[in-house]
Amino acid sequence: MSEALLSIDDLHVAFSTRRGMVEAVRGVTLTVEKGEMLGLVGESGSGKSVTGFATTRLLDAAGRVTGGKILFRGQDVTKLRGDDLRQLQGAAMSMIFQNPRAALNPIRAIGLQIADAILTHKRISKEAARGEALDLLRAVQIREPEARMNAYPHELSGGMCQRVMIAIAISCNPALLIADEPTTGLDVTTQKVVMDLLADIAAARGMATILITHDLGLAARYCRRIAVMERGRIVEEASPRSLFSAPQHAYTRRLVAASPTATSRIEDLVTEEDRERYATVVSKPRAELVHGTPPLLEVRKLAKRFDQGSAAVADFSMTMAGGESVGLVGESGSGKSTTSRMICRLIDPSEGDIVFDGHSIGYVASRDFHRSRLRKDIQMVFQDPNESLNPRFTAFDCIAHPLLRLGGMRAGEALRERVEECAVRVGLPLDLLPRFPHQLSGGQKARVGIARAIACRPRLLVLDEPTAALDVSVQAVVLQLLDRLRRENDIALLFVSHDLNVVRMLCDRTIVLRNGGIVEQGESRALFDNPKTDYTRKLVEAIPHIETGEMLAAAL
Amino acid sequence: MTGLGATMVRAGRRLLSSLPALFGVLVFTFLLMRVLPGDPAVFFASGPNAGKEEIEQIRKQMGLDKSVPEQLVFYLSDIGRGNLGRSMMTGQPVLKDLRERLPASLELTFTALLIALIAAVPLGVLAALRPGSVVDHGVRLFCALGVCVPTFVSGLLLIYVFYYLLGLAPDPTGRIDVFTSLPPQRTGFLSIDFLLAGDIEGWWAACKQLILPAVSMALFVIAPLARITRASMLVSLGSDFVRTARSVGLSWRKVVVTYALRNAILPVITIAGIVFSTMLGANVLVEKVFSWPGVASYALDALLSSDYAPVQGFVLLMASLFVLVNLVVDICYGIADPRVSIG
Repeated sequence: MSEALLSIDDLHVAFSTRRGMVEAVRGVTLTVEKGEMLGLVGESGSGKSVTGFATTRLLDAAGRVTGGKILFRGQDVTKLRGDDLRQLQGAAMSMIFQNPRAALNPIRAIGLQIADAILTHKRISKEAARGEALDLLRAVQIREPEARMNAYPHELSGGMCQRVMIAIAISCNPALLIADEPTTGLDVTTQKVVMDLLADIAAARGMATILITHDLGLAARYCRRIAVMERGRIVEEASPRSLFSAPQHAYTRRLVAASPTATSRIEDLVTEEDRERYATVVSKPRAELVHGTPPLLEVRKLAKRFDQGSAAVADFSMTMAGGESVGLVGESGSGKSTTSRMICRLIDPSEGDIVFDGHSIGYVASRDFHRSRLRKDIQMVFQDPNESLNPRFTAFDCIAHPLLRLGGMRAGEALRERVEECAVRVGLPLDLLPRFPHQLSGGQKARVGIARAIACRPRLLVLDEPTAALDVSVQAVVLQLLDRLRRENDIALLFVSHDLNVVRMLCDRTIVLRNGGIVEQGESRALFDNPKTDYTRKLVEAIPHIETGEMLAAAL
Repeated sequence: MTGLGATMVRAGRRLLSSLPALFGVLVFTFLLMRVLPGDPAVFFASGPNAGKEEIEQIRKQMGLDKSVPEQLVFYLSDIGRGNLGRSMMTGQPVLKDLRERLPASLELTFTALLIALIAAVPLGVLAALRPGSVVDHGVRLFCALGVCVPTFVSGLLLIYVFYYLLGLAPDPTGRIDVFTSLPPQRTGFLSIDFLLAGDIEGWWAACKQLILPAVSMALFVIAPLARITRASMLVSLGSDFVRTARSVGLSWRKVVVTYALRNAILPVITIAGIVFSTMLGANVLVEKVFSWPGVASYALDALLSSDYAPVQGFVLLMASLFVLVNLVVDICYGIADPRVSIG
């Protein structure tokens, strides 16, 4: 064990909060060998990031290591002070963060920021440091590195910013790199490119890497060894293969089940114990649509141009039948959110028409649409469950609001009954109704958002990345909920997402968007199994796959 | 340098869009003066026993016998020709009076703002580096004291201590004592004019006169500046990019100054602009206490004696300065923050 580059021994970290000390990490023990890539997987609040920050000594002021040792090359990191610590940070170990744009200084040119890091640890001239920074930009494959040296973070895309962050992190050839959710928030294709780059660089320079992520698939793709964390402890440590084929711990089993794969179905997302209630619903066959039924939604040649003149969406046409679920996928900037907002009548299209249930609604100005009687038939669930709830409304008020505004209901017993009915429908315990959003968990807030959207019994629900901010286990439950709503209440779902695995499970049909235009569309399974265009193929291939049972069998 | 160009375009557009506001200020002040009680003709008649005819004659001479709209038209056409009217008090054109007195006010305000910034920014940074510590509470106490003691009280206190008790400061009677010969006027800022003339002794004398009023003004505005510095420094220190800077082991100095402070200073620029405009108009108390020959005390005297032209001229001057200061803040901000040029 003495060769281990990093060995963490029974680490405890606590945060002092208003409600006293809270233990975030309680007894983590793990080792990282030289040049190895270790995956540290867990859901939010599991203490995986805190472990990373404790190792690089970046805990914020409220956090403290209360027990255990972190030995890096035999030296206890937790006891380093002053210059010794600075020798360690950057030069011996460095870190890459989630949200790369915020992690870079917004008012300093990126070339200078890389040079800052170099100059901290090397006694060289400013020009030499600038030269090295340029080489690093080339190493992380940034196009036109000379021009980019003077760029500011806001002028670069998220993926570009993360490459710059990688360049800063590797600038002094550290022996250990800790990547904290390095690709969360990036498009799948960008995610793959950045992760490939990171893996290549780590391999070429012999850097050990700890990949902290909530995405089991991502960890499985790049790591030989994965440690699963739950509530401050490591519950299981194994190779990806044994983790997926024979998870030992109950939590790992839940996590593996909840992670969507290329072949999983919605009913597979929970472990067998929890499955029964849902299975009875799914088994009911859906009534076949009578031939010749007019479509619920028909969109004709929709286009949207913003002030700059370039079209965000152009020539977009689609139809949806009642109770159908359609996925809208594409990378960021492909116009999927813009399209969904036009269909919801939250923004006005520049051209084209939207026909809902035989009524043309494209020409109703979005600011007047709230007066339309169709408003309650088209409802929306927003991406961020935290931001989309009024912080001064209780859960009850949130759900009651559309009923008061659109449903014409008055405060009273009937309203209370209807709100409680909606809450039960989305599985929100009734005793949570008087709570304010900040007193609810992410999953509970997502349920409030969905309950609010279904309160007026809409016929079309537009969902803009409703599960992107949720943990996989919560996502699994929310997806099942949505699927059940669709089957039982015959609500049509327009599902906007960048997560292709989720779309494949939930949606009958999928539309692939790129630069505001439709690239490909068709029945979900066929589209994903046999993509017809290169772009769709690229998207599909970029999804981190989890080796499933059959593939393992084939490999053996 | 497209960023700088865009900033200039923005600044120009801002300047143009402020013209209607300036016109509004002009008309509003004019009407306000007419509504206020007090008859300037009575006030400026030769004495309390002046006859009715005499007053009537003065009124005619001042154009007060005409209707208000007519007076407004005359006033506006005068302004258009750059004529702000004549002060009944001093007997001089208002423009000349303002031009003589404005540099005194500006010099005082600039010095006070400089002192305030030099004190407030480090105080704010210190407080932010150790939130909840003794230093933080000390700064908070100091700021609270600065705000709740009115400037004329702190001014009188300073005079009492430094002039009366210690005898360090010269007597608080204006910009320079009467026996010192003035340097040739170039900028109107005495301290700079003395330096340009190479008269170190005179410069020192002017500075000594300047320091007490400037400090008593500065004390009053240190609080908002220090508080905003602290708040924005706290945000900055807690931000992701400061964590990045720490993660690669940048020196403490580099992290605090180059990364945190440079970002934190942006809102301070905005507040400093607002503070400057406020000080310029509100420093009448300090000017009175220190017999400083500035524009604010001039305007107050004019207002008390129903002397229309100087008050209107003063308000117009303040409004223009306010626009100008905002413009300068805008440009500074555009230079300091590369993200602004987009908007």
